[in-house]
Amino acid sequence: MKLKLLMSATAVAALGTTAVAQEMADEMTIVSWGGAYQNSQLRAYVEPYLEMHPELDVTWDERSGEAVANLRAMDEAGNITWDLVDVTAADAMRLCDEGLAMEVDFEETLAPGDDGSSVEDDFGDMLVSDCFIPQIAYSTTFGYRTDVEEWGGEVPTEICDIFDTETFPGQRSLEQRPIGNMEWALYCDGVAMEDVYDMLETDEGVDRALAKLDTIKDDVVWWTAGADTPQLLADGEVVIGSTYNGRLFSLIEEQDQPVAMLWDAQMYDLDGWIIPEGLDDATLARVKDFLYFATDTQRLADQAQYISYGPARASSAPLVTTHADLGIEMAPHMPTNPENASNSFVYAYTWWADYRDDLDARFQAWLAQ
Amino acid sequence: MSDQTASGRPESPQSPVAALPGGEVTERDQDGPMLAADGRPLKSSLARALRREKLRALALIAPLLVFIFISFVLPIADMLFRSVQNDIVADTLPRTVVALANDPLEEEGVPSESTFAQFYTDLYIAEEYKEHTRLGSRLNYEMSGISSLFRGTGRAVGRFDTDIYADQFEAADPAFEDPAAWADWMADDDIRAALPLTTDAYDAWAGIAVELDEDNPAEEDPEDIVYTSLYRDLANGAAPPAPFPQVDVSGFESVSIRELFIEEDEDWADPEVWETIRAYSSRYTSGYFLNAADMQTTPEGVELRPENERVYMTLFVRTLWMSLVITFSCILLAYPISFLLATLPARHANLLMILVLLPFWTSLLVRTSAWKVLLQNEGVINDILVWIGIVSDTNRLALINNATGTIIAMTHILLPFMILPLYSVMKTIPPSYMRAARSLGAKDWTAFWRVWFPLSVPGIGAGSILVFIMSIGYYITPEIVGGTRGVFISNRIAYHISTSLNWGLAAALGTILLVVVLALYWVYDRLVGIDNVKLG
Amino acid sequence: MSALPPYASTGQRIWHYGFRTICGLIFFFLIAPIMVIVPLSFNAENFFTFTPEMLRLDPEGYSLRHYVDFFTNPNWQGPLWNSIKIAPAATLLSVCLGTLAAIGLSQPHVPGRRAIMAMLISPMIVPLIISAAGMYFFYSRIGLQGTYFGVVLAHAALGIPFVIITVTATLVGFDSSLTRAAANLGASPVTTFFRVQMPLILPGVISGGLFAFITSFDEVVVVLFLGSASQKTLPWQMFTGLREQISPTILAAATVLITISIVLLATLEILRRRSERLRGLSPS
Repeated sequence: MKLKLLMSATAVAALGTTAVAQEMADEMTIVSWGGAYQNSQLRAYVEPYLEMHPELDVTWDERSGEAVANLRAMDEAGNITWDLVDVTAADAMRLCDEGLAMEVDFEETLAPGDDGSSVEDDFGDMLVSDCFIPQIAYSTTFGYRTDVEEWGGEVPTEICDIFDTETFPGQRSLEQRPIGNMEWALYCDGVAMEDVYDMLETDEGVDRALAKLDTIKDDVVWWTAGADTPQLLADGEVVIGSTYNGRLFSLIEEQDQPVAMLWDAQMYDLDGWIIPEGLDDATLARVKDFLYFATDTQRLADQAQYISYGPARASSAPLVTTHADLGIEMAPHMPTNPENASNSFVYAYTWWADYRDDLDARFQAWLAQ
Repeated sequence: MSDQTASGRPESPQSPVAALPGGEVTERDQDGPMLAADGRPLKSSLARALRREKLRALALIAPLLVFIFISFVLPIADMLFRSVQNDIVADTLPRTVVALANDPLEEEGVPSESTFAQFYTDLYIAEEYKEHTRLGSRLNYEMSGISSLFRGTGRAVGRFDTDIYADQFEAADPAFEDPAAWADWMADDDIRAALPLTTDAYDAWAGIAVELDEDNPAEEDPEDIVYTSLYRDLANGAAPPAPFPQVDVSGFESVSIRELFIEEDEDWADPEVWETIRAYSSRYTSGYFLNAADMQTTPEGVELRPENERVYMTLFVRTLWMSLVITFSCILLAYPISFLLATLPARHANLLMILVLLPFWTSLLVRTSAWKVLLQNEGVINDILVWIGIVSDTNRLALINNATGTIIAMTHILLPFMILPLYSVMKTIPPSYMRAARSLGAKDWTAFWRVWFPLSVPGIGAGSILVFIMSIGYYITPEIVGGTRGVFISNRIAYHISTSLNWGLAAALGTILLVVVLALYWVYDRLVGIDNVKLG
Repeated sequence: MSALPPYASTGQRIWHYGFRTICGLIFFFLIAPIMVIVPLSFNAENFFTFTPEMLRLDPEGYSLRHYVDFFTNPNWQGPLWNSIKIAPAATLLSVCLGTLAAIGLSQPHVPGRRAIMAMLISPMIVPLIISAAGMYFFYSRIGLQGTYFGVVLAHAALGIPFVIITVTATLVGFDSSLTRAAANLGASPVTTFFRVQMPLILPGVISGGLFAFITSFDEVVVVLFLGSASQKTLPWQMFTGLREQISPTILAAATVLITISIVLLATLEILRRRSERLRGLSPS
């Protein structure tokens, strides 16, 4: 399309001239998840950036979980109050599709890799959407208490042990949504990993998954917030539970609880930034300036000192060192570590976009029964 | 002190407020033709005064009425409207909706080429404005898979092989290459009238160029949708007047837009997709309400969803049932202590009343946190029970994240709302009645049951309705202590607003809940009178 | 019921003490959950239960660390100040509008009084989630979502019913011959209002104001939807805390709130007595 070529050429030219002269806003609202993750962002790059730019005032909003709803409402109102939003890849795709997130020219907006690689090469296949600037790879996986007497010394070694209430009696915690649980249920019911989604498209497949979940339904505590499972495990309310691997890491290593992690068939997913569509020029200039800094090779590697999520850049991996306070090696705790990633589900973004409504209705009805 | 309520009114709660001093003005004007001091007939003078008084009263109320209307009533009405609103299909696919309405869908339920051509224009425009995925998400509530169908095809629609038309027109007459010439033609009313499809597509494209790309349409080449529409206009036999170039399209190579779509995704040949689009193309829908009632529309008509997909009725029934249980527990607990408070000497009653008022004044979140701490498996209550030896350490009671947790915590939270009305009614029962009953030979129990209890029933009624109304709309406490089996319909509404983003369904569920609450409110007003709600 | 007569039978005695025991248990149920929070908030550990040290009353088991956290951590101080900024503004708005309207409503002839009253009380009756959702969509549309003003407006609307109820209740006992007497003696309506009516209904206005204040100060559902990060209030932070980063600082915050409740309750009690004295209601 000639028109588009022409347009983008003028747009780039325009940006080139304005970017230099552009005043940057003194205020920025960053939306994130709260907790240990937000803290890692704060320490790895927000605080260093604020030291370089003392004039900037950062406000945090901890509502990444409801980002799509809020951005939609803000868009309806024509009043965008968020400047930079941390979301999961699935939400980023949704926001991008709906025109609520800005499409980003990666090469221009982001720093090239420390090793000289281009942005596209450095992030590789983590660039799943035109609007999504990946930061980390994380997994939803299981943690279990190591001091359960009834288990007689046995510990879970594979995902299907969560369905084995004979060997591993006790309460489990699972997330209160179909995503993840349905896959695990089918997989543990003998469906091959690659056939799981085909199976879930059929009524029989859904019934089969729910029937499998039925076998442990009475033993399940359902969680909605990422902090629930760590708290439940720490309090001894549950003996096995799924949550984000970074939360488990901090429970095990930082809080020193008798809990261990299970790396099998975990749900592998990405998290990163989006810039809302419709920011004014000064704010956009500030956001881009911040992003350039916050997503460079060193900063992403720094973040891994505070939380055990894999940096999104390949060039950051060699720079990952030890935990900032505990001094332990971080790499073995990352979901990107080859040993951990030998058997994992990759979150099926487009599949879930289609079947989420339907399966959610089925799942909630099943829960209510 | 005779009365603990903040209002400090000694009258019975049933005393009508309307019986105010000053009501006598209306009675006097019946008296006949008398003259007031200024010589006017007293009757008209009084009527005028009355009118002025009414106006003055309304003037005092008006600011608040306007305030409540704008800040509260209007927002709720606006949200409720979302439960039937369905503009998105007609707004995003305006051409398709019209074409579909006239399309007999003869070919196995799949639209004809001309409908597909209109759909092509619509989808092309929607993709530019990024509205097609939102439409996809909307229709996905009705049929799984439509979301990705729209998303995938939206991505492809700009790359359809319809560019052959632009090439052929430009080859036939070089004037087509000049954007300014296009702009001139499209300013000519005769040409516009002769080429309806082209005009429509050109206007839409020019709108995109101006609004989204900030370009001047007179300097840009029109997109493929314009040429495709032009081909269809001319193939339909349109004869645009000069200066529009005369082109014979009969020799043009053509493509079937229908085939292009089906090639892109074979689901476009699925009649169910088109049936869904057609069914939801009107601007108002009952779909959300049907969904909220666990029903669905099928080709055979409206019917209940399969049992394993019903969730809202279960939730409504559970909300009502648990609210009843909570109300009943509140009556059970409130009655004895209201009785005690009403019969104790005022000095003692006042002291004990503080124990009721303190929870009433304490933050809801404080009380909910307290129950979270108390009810956990490893919480204080279980610890005590294990210590006493009632339950074994391995068999701790599950008191939280289920219905039990919600009922216990909410009974505690709503108990003051039962005690206060009950107490204020009991306060008005003269103690001499009981003494009279006893002196007439009634046993304690009989005196209570035949005399005291019937007199306290209005208090039970007032308290029960109040507690029940508050209970069925609760959100925070079930959210924190309710788990999955102890949550209410409110929690589901919140979920649809902030997580699943099905705002129409949230509005429909909200409307049903609101209707129930308002009905109870009406009953309460009839029985007790809203003026007689007492606080603290 | 008040005291047991000397001639009471054994059955009556058993019943008397049995009944009092039951009442005692119910009072315990009412008050214990709140009181349990207080000692737990002095826990030296990061737990929500009594540690063995605490049960032994060992001073080691207790500490003020959660209070230090509450009063120094910006995660708590920001919300606390937001609550302090929002609640008075909302209270002022609802008290001014509510008092005027209550006076209007107590006039003898108000057309459609019942309907007006029903509408003004409705914010107390409509489930909060519905109010919150409605305001969220509507305020978004008019650009008030995520603003201080928007939250204040919403909280004022929620506080109105309490002001209306308490002020109309005080006005019921108000002898309107007093205003006529004042008018006869030559006072203007404004003077009458401030010199005669206001002092008498003031206790009702203040207790309505306190209710409106606590409504706003304690409100979480609406602010959760309507507010943005810069309007995060104390209850919001507690709610997030309960669902997200569970820390015993919540218990310290709760204890602070309990103290505030006690102060408000005491103020109300004093006002009530004063009101009764002023209006000449018989004290018992």
